Amino acid sequence: MTNNTKTVREPLLHIVKRDNITLGKKIAIYAIAIVASLLLGAIICSLVSTRGDVIKFFSSLFEGCFGTTRLFWLFLQEFAILLAVSMALIVSFKMKFWNLGGNGQILMGGLAAIACSYYLGGKVDDTLLIVIEVFASILAGAIWAVIPAICKALWNTNESLFTLMLNYIAAGLVNLFIAIWVKGGSGILNPLANGKLPELGNKYLLIILFGILITTIITIYLKYSKHGYELSVVGDSQNTAKYIGINVKKVIIRTLILSGAICGLVGLLLTSGTSNSISADTAANRGFTAIMTTWLANCNPLFAIATCGLVVFVTKGMQKVRPNFGMLDDTISNLVIGIVYFFIIACAFFIQYKIVFNPQVTAKLNKIKAFFANIFKKKKPLNENEKEGE
Amino acid sequence: MLAVLVSAIRFMPFFLFGCTGEIITEKSGHLNLGIPGIICAGGAGGSLGVTLYMKALNGATPNYVLLILIAVVSAFIVASLMGAIYAFLTVSLKCNQNITGLALTTFSTGLTQFIMKNFVEIGLISTASTLFKYSLPFASSLGWFGEIFLSHGILVYLAIAIAIVTAVILKNTKVGLRLRAVGENPAAADAVGIKVDQYKYTAILLGSGIAGLAGCFFILDYIQGGYDSYYIMESLGWLSIALVIFTLWKPNLAIFGSILFGALYILPNTNIVAAITAQTAIKKAIELIPYVVTILVLLGISITGSKKAQPPASLGVNYFREER
Repeated sequence: MTNNTKTVREPLLHIVKRDNITLGKKIAIYAIAIVASLLLGAIICSLVSTRGDVIKFFSSLFEGCFGTTRLFWLFLQEFAILLAVSMALIVSFKMKFWNLGGNGQILMGGLAAIACSYYLGGKVDDTLLIVIEVFASILAGAIWAVIPAICKALWNTNESLFTLMLNYIAAGLVNLFIAIWVKGGSGILNPLANGKLPELGNKYLLIILFGILITTIITIYLKYSKHGYELSVVGDSQNTAKYIGINVKKVIIRTLILSGAICGLVGLLLTSGTSNSISADTAANRGFTAIMTTWLANCNPLFAIATCGLVVFVTKGMQKVRPNFGMLDDTISNLVIGIVYFFIIACAFFIQYKIVFNPQVTAKLNKIKAFFANIFKKKKPLNENEKEGE
Repeated sequence: MLAVLVSAIRFMPFFLFGCTGEIITEKSGHLNLGIPGIICAGGAGGSLGVTLYMKALNGATPNYVLLILIAVVSAFIVASLMGAIYAFLTVSLKCNQNITGLALTTFSTGLTQFIMKNFVEIGLISTASTLFKYSLPFASSLGWFGEIFLSHGILVYLAIAIAIVTAVILKNTKVGLRLRAVGENPAAADAVGIKVDQYKYTAILLGSGIAGLAGCFFILDYIQGGYDSYYIMESLGWLSIALVIFTLWKPNLAIFGSILFGALYILPNTNIVAAITAQTAIKKAIELIPYVVTILVLLGISITGSKKAQPPASLGVNYFREER
C-alpha cells in the first residue's frame, strides 16, 4: 500500500516573458483580437436587435464612415482631432507621465479662445483677435498641463489623479463662465459673432491639416530631436537620465507644456474652429479616448495612426449601426467600443508573455494541432483579409 | 445648518460605498479607475434585480427585507462581474491598470444604459424605492438627534457598517495585514507564502461589489429611478476615487470625508446658498470645491512626504513572479 515516490503536481500552465516577437506574429495577434472583438460586438447587436445580422453590422460600420462624402469628411475630421490629442499624450506617456487630463486641457484651450472672442470681439480687428485666441488657447492648455507637471517634478505628486481632477475643474470652469456670460440661465452659449477661425475650402479641412501637421511634427520631434531623446530616457529610467546629465525636472515640465499646448490648440479648433461656442461637453471625452489610442499604440506616433483610425472607425461606424439596427440610443456604441478596448488591451499580454503548459498538456495540444493541421492542409484562412484593408 | 448636515448624511453612502470599495482594491496594489463605471453597473444591477422581483410579485406589496436584500445582492454581483473583467486583465494578464480601468468605465457606462433602457422598468423602481427611504417612524419625534442619526434609509447605515468593518479588518486582522503586504510589496508577500493573486482577486471583486452598492443607492434610493443618471454617477464616481486620497486610505476617516463631500455636493442647492446669492455662477463655483480640496490634499501628502499617509507602495504596478 505504501507509495514512496512523491508525486509533484505540476501547475497546468505558467507564463514566461518573451524575449522577442516577430512583427508578423504581433500583427496577427492584433488582427485576431480586433476581428474577434468586432465579431463579438456584431453578435451582441444582432441578438439584441431583430433588424440586423452580423454581415449587416460590418457593412453598416463601413457605411457609417465612408457611406457619403459628408460622412467621410466627418470621419477624417474626427480622425485628425483624435490623432492630434493622441500626439499630445504620446510625448507625456513616453516619459511615463500619466497625463489623464486631455479633456481638461482641451476645455481650457477652448475656454480661453471663447473668452477672447467674448470679451474682445468687435473691439479689436478680427485677424488680430484670432492671433490672440491662438496664443490664449496654447497658454491655457499649457498651464493646465504644467501645474501637475511642476508638482510632479518638485514633490513627486501623483499626476494621474491630479490631472483627472483638473478635468472636472475645467468642466466646472466652463459651466461657471457660461453661467456668467449667459444671463437667462439656460446654460447654453449661443455661437459668438467674432473670432471664428477661417475656413480652408470646406469646414473640415483646417482641422484635418492640423492633425496631419501635428502628427508629422511629433513624429520628427520624438525620433530626431534631442528633446525627444531626453524624454524617452526619462521615461525609461529617471536614474539613468540623471547620470547622463539630463535635468529630469526640466524635461518633465517642458514636455508637459508641449502636451498641454497641443491639447489647447485642439480646444481652439473644437470651439472657434467649428461652432464658435463652448459647452462642458466640447471635449467629448476625447482626452480619455486618446489615452486608449496612445497606450494601445505603445506610444508610437505611427502606430497611433492605426489605433486612432480603428477607434474612429468603430465610433463613427456605430453611429450608422444604431439606426440600421433600430437602436435609438447610443448605449450600444460604448458597449462595443469597450469590448474592442478590452481585446486590444489583452493583446499586450500575449505580446509580452508566453503561456507554457506543463508537459502533459503540451503533448495533448500538439496532438490537436497535428489533427487540425491535417484538416486545413493547403487551405488558407480567408476571413481576416476583409477587415485588414481598413 | 442642521438641514445641510442631514442632507449631507443622506447623500453620504454614495461616496462611502465607492470610497470603501476603492480603498480595498488599492490596498491590494491595484488602482481601479473603472470604479465610476462599476458604480454605474452596480446601479443597473440593483435596478434589474428590483424590476425582476417587482414583476414576480405582480402588484402585491413587496417584502421590505427581501427587496433590500435582492437589490443589494444583485448590485453587488453585477459590479463584481465588472470587477472580474478588471481583475482578469490586470492580475492574470498583467495589463496596464490605468488603461484597463478607463476602458472598463467606457464599457460599463454603455452596459448600464443598455440594461436600464431594455430591461428595467422605471415605474416599478419608483414604487420600490419608497421602501428604501423607509426610516424609523419615531425619528422625527426625537428632535435634532433623531434627524441626524435615525432619519435615514437602511443603506446609510449599511455603508457606515461596511466602512467600519473594513477599517477593523484592514488594521487589526491577519487577513488585513496580509492584504496590505500584498499592496506594499507583493514579492515579499509571495516569499512568505501569501497567495498574492488570490488576495488581489478577492480584494478587487469585493471592492468592486461594494462600490457597486453606491450605484444601487443612487438610483434606487436617492433619485428613485431615471435613465440618464449615469452621467452624474460617472462624474461623482471620480470623486469617490479622490476621496480615497482625501481620507488617506482609511475607511473610518472615509465616513467623515463622505459626509463632507456630500455636504459640498448638496450645498449649491440649499437654502443657505440661496439666501446669500441667487447667481448660478456662485453655485457653479461651489461645485468645484471637492475637486480643488482633493488636489490640495494630494499636494499636501506629497509635499510633507509623511510615511503614514502614502499610497500602497506598489499601487499601479502589476506583479509578475518571475521578474525580480
